[in-house]
Amino acid sequence: MTIALIAVLPFVGAVFPGLMIRAGRNACAIVTGLVTLTALILLASQAPAVLRGEVVHSRIAWLPGIGLNADFMLDGLGLLFAGLILTIGLLVILYARFYLAARDAMGQFFTFLMLFQGAMLGIVLSNNILLLLVFWELTSLSSFLLIGFWKHLPESRQGARMALVVTGSGGLAMIAGLLILGNIAGSYDLDVILSQREAIQASDAYLPALILILIGAFTKSAQFPFHFWLPQAMAAPTPVSAYLHSATMVKAGIFLMARLWPVLAGTDAWFYIVATTGLVTMVLGAVIGLFKHDLKALLAYSTISQLGLITMLLGFGTVPAATAAMFHIVNHATFKAALFMSAGIIDHAAHTRDIRRLGGLRKAMPVTFAVAGIAALAMAGIPPLNGFLSKEMMLEEAAHTVWGGNPWVLPALATVGALFSVAYSLRLIAHVFLRRAQPTAGTQPHDPGLGLMFGPALLSALVVAIGLLPMATAAWLVDASASAVTGTAVTVKIAHWHGFGSVALWLSALAIAGGAAALFGFPRLLRLWDATSRPDAKHLFDVAMAGAVRAARRVTDGAHDGTVTRFLAIATVVIVGSGVWAFRSGTHSPGLRTATSVEPVAVIGWLVLMTATVALLFHHRSRLFALMLVGIIGLIVSVGFAYLSAPDLAMTQVTVEVVTVLLLLLALNFLPKTTPDESTSGRRLRDAAIAAVAGAGSAALIYALMMRDFAFPTIAAYHLENAKALGGGTNVVNVILVDFRGYDTFGEITVLGIAALVIFALTEMILSAGPANDRLMALKPNRGDAGDRHPLLFVVVTRMILPLALMVGVFIFLRGHNLPGGGFIAGLIVSIALLMQYMASGFGWTAARKRIEYHALIGAGLLIAGLAGIGSWVFGAPFLSSAYTYVDLWPLETFELATAAIFDLGVFLTVLGAVMLALASLSRLAVRSGEDINRAPYDAPLQER
Amino acid sequence: MTRPCRKGDTVEALIALAVGLMTAAGIYLMLRQRTFPVILGLALLSYAVNLFIFASGRLLRNAPPILTPGVTAYSDPLTQALVLTAIVISFAMTALIVIMALGAWLETGDDRIDMDPDP
Repeated sequence: MTIALIAVLPFVGAVFPGLMIRAGRNACAIVTGLVTLTALILLASQAPAVLRGEVVHSRIAWLPGIGLNADFMLDGLGLLFAGLILTIGLLVILYARFYLAARDAMGQFFTFLMLFQGAMLGIVLSNNILLLLVFWELTSLSSFLLIGFWKHLPESRQGARMALVVTGSGGLAMIAGLLILGNIAGSYDLDVILSQREAIQASDAYLPALILILIGAFTKSAQFPFHFWLPQAMAAPTPVSAYLHSATMVKAGIFLMARLWPVLAGTDAWFYIVATTGLVTMVLGAVIGLFKHDLKALLAYSTISQLGLITMLLGFGTVPAATAAMFHIVNHATFKAALFMSAGIIDHAAHTRDIRRLGGLRKAMPVTFAVAGIAALAMAGIPPLNGFLSKEMMLEEAAHTVWGGNPWVLPALATVGALFSVAYSLRLIAHVFLRRAQPTAGTQPHDPGLGLMFGPALLSALVVAIGLLPMATAAWLVDASASAVTGTAVTVKIAHWHGFGSVALWLSALAIAGGAAALFGFPRLLRLWDATSRPDAKHLFDVAMAGAVRAARRVTDGAHDGTVTRFLAIATVVIVGSGVWAFRSGTHSPGLRTATSVEPVAVIGWLVLMTATVALLFHHRSRLFALMLVGIIGLIVSVGFAYLSAPDLAMTQVTVEVVTVLLLLLALNFLPKTTPDESTSGRRLRDAAIAAVAGAGSAALIYALMMRDFAFPTIAAYHLENAKALGGGTNVVNVILVDFRGYDTFGEITVLGIAALVIFALTEMILSAGPANDRLMALKPNRGDAGDRHPLLFVVVTRMILPLALMVGVFIFLRGHNLPGGGFIAGLIVSIALLMQYMASGFGWTAARKRIEYHALIGAGLLIAGLAGIGSWVFGAPFLSSAYTYVDLWPLETFELATAAIFDLGVFLTVLGAVMLALASLSRLAVRSGEDINRAPYDAPLQER
Repeated sequence: MTRPCRKGDTVEALIALAVGLMTAAGIYLMLRQRTFPVILGLALLSYAVNLFIFASGRLLRNAPPILTPGVTAYSDPLTQALVLTAIVISFAMTALIVIMALGAWLETGDDRIDMDPDP
């Protein structure tokens, strides 16, 4: 479980910074740091086992059906990356505490940082590639938030968007690639996939999978030609650059290549794609980096170049090269994070990151000079620092690798890359620290306090320590990770001196000498560089994005131009068209089922329905008449349900019909009473054609369906068989609702409750000050149609039958389990009984007698239904299992008490509350609009007389 | 497919014709430009759809799904249960659209459902 906990901890921890910021910035940073520290300690507790060569697992079944499990593992590679993520994370949190200004939302920043940390840990600890994908996308999203943290800066927003687009689309390609890979291997579990090298490399799908996965890795790790987003992402706060863009996120692509190295590497395709991309990126990044004037841009291109180096090493596909790659990952993380943090310190102190305006900081900021100088020398690969060791290993491997039959290409270009790395590193030291202070720098820079300095200083100390004592400080970690990557036991020997016969020594010397020479000739080189024309990646990207947005907008606007009728028509045509297409693509024979003969009385009902529907089409503009016709149609439908053996449906339909018509009548009170005649006849013809085809299609479909027997045994047979035995009821419809499919019903009453609350909220909005309220207040009461007081007889009768109606409700509710009825129908019946009071005695009279708010009814109903479901857990049964018993209570019939009845009570209350809340909300509009005739209770005039 | 209705015709044909006509009328009203006919159209369409789902459980006379000793033929209870909740939910949705339509009418003094296309 520990491994899963390590990955989950930062996500849990992401809650704290947002809360703790109220207790101050220190508390906020300390809490964030403590969470990271806890995860680091947990990781350390697992380290001994991993270093012994074990793989620690923790598995939680999540969606086993599709092979997706929360399955985590920790091996040497995971240990290396998780260690980097947490250690550098800890230092970055400390640094960020002192880096962020008072106006920056620190709580938010740390929350984003923790989300990112969790996502990264998830990637490196996943043992399931689907899970890995989820975390992979999460890093894209959380890094978007972090890069765009200063959302008031346009370059921040643009940089964040570009990073998201590039890494996000790479992620999409990777999803496809990993799914293909999982398909070849027959499993999404990494340990299964990793054991199937031969099968995967022999498969026809190997190459597509490889290319798609590599697109994901290359975009994430900023490899050419996807490198351009990384410099743009430098608009992020410096702690983000130090964390995401040196040590962690950009290494996720590297991690993935290393993770899948055992199954993907070793083929020609792998070598030529990965090694070549890495080589090109290394040289290109180093060359561009040299000429960047922004300190962070220089570091960004140097990062691109160094990532290219690691990619190339992995591309070689040999064990020593992969080992060198692991070593360089450690080294690059240390010196590059130190350099980024130093760049932030210089930016704070000198108020600029422009190298042309910096200078002389050696004297003004001696500590920063020492820290950044050591890190930069390591980046240049100067002995005895750690960068020298891994760069020498790289040159050694490159010198022995043949590219396209030519043994010179790789060593030569690798040396060119190394040469430019030396040049930009030395330029950083020379121009920022060593040369005279530039006249434009107006401020007096000085070293910062310990809070900012601690992180980079510690990292630079590590640079020296690994450089001097590589076997003691780093070899064990390199061994563990390289063994995990290559699947063979690796014992690395890292040494400074390999004798004069070593090719790497001479290449290294050449690079250092050439780099120093490039620095001396820098002004001339810069002129040459400025004179050459180069494509501007950001401009190209912007043009491509603008084109994509235009194309998307054209499609969207074509279908959705704000005209609802238009896209309703399009949707209908598409649906009908697919139906026709599906019908034409199959074979068809007439149905053989015996039809049900019909009695004359049913034909009469049917004729009424058809006539009313046709009349509705022709007279729909007269709205009140149209509403009456709809009421008639609804009634006939409910009679039809009764005729066709569905008594529950009939009762539901008839009660719903009543409340629907009441609702629409209330609404019509405000709306215009007629619909204007505004459609052109061409348009009507078009709509009629669409409607006719859709109608004919649905009629044909249902007729064909009804004239056939079931193709498979129905689920209903099971329900009929077990309703009595398992659900304890004979009304199978009700048993299905409250028992077999109780979970669905629970969902449905929840929707019902939400809809009612939304109606209430919308009413509140209409009733709050605004144009809607003004228009409502200005409405004239309709004296002609509604100018009378409620008829006395109606008042008296409704009051007298209220107890009776309530009684019917209770009766229908109680018998529902065995005979037609139940919570839904009882709820509707009681609603109608109450609505009759509103209609007869007026809103004021009834509202004054209402003891319980309808919201409370909905809430209580949902709670009761939920508790009834949970209650079965007490007896160890699944959610919503029911038990029942029979009760003999004179003078009542024998009735049954089932736990399902408690659930049904919840249904009843929710339905009652929802219906009443919806109608009462409309009535409130009427009261606001100045309805005055029936506001006073009817009691008063009764007494007066 | 759908034969004209004559005396002695079958319930299946009547139901199919009713479903077809109500679907057509519902869609035609749904394509009008004012809120009220659209609401009526949706109501009509939901009758048609509910009837459709109900009929997909096949039609039986005098066989309600109430378990009775000695009776073996019952109409399909599952489609009935589905339609029962659908009726109640479609009431809630109708009420929701009604209040939205009212809000729009009161807010703007206009009950057209189409926005003018962007200039």
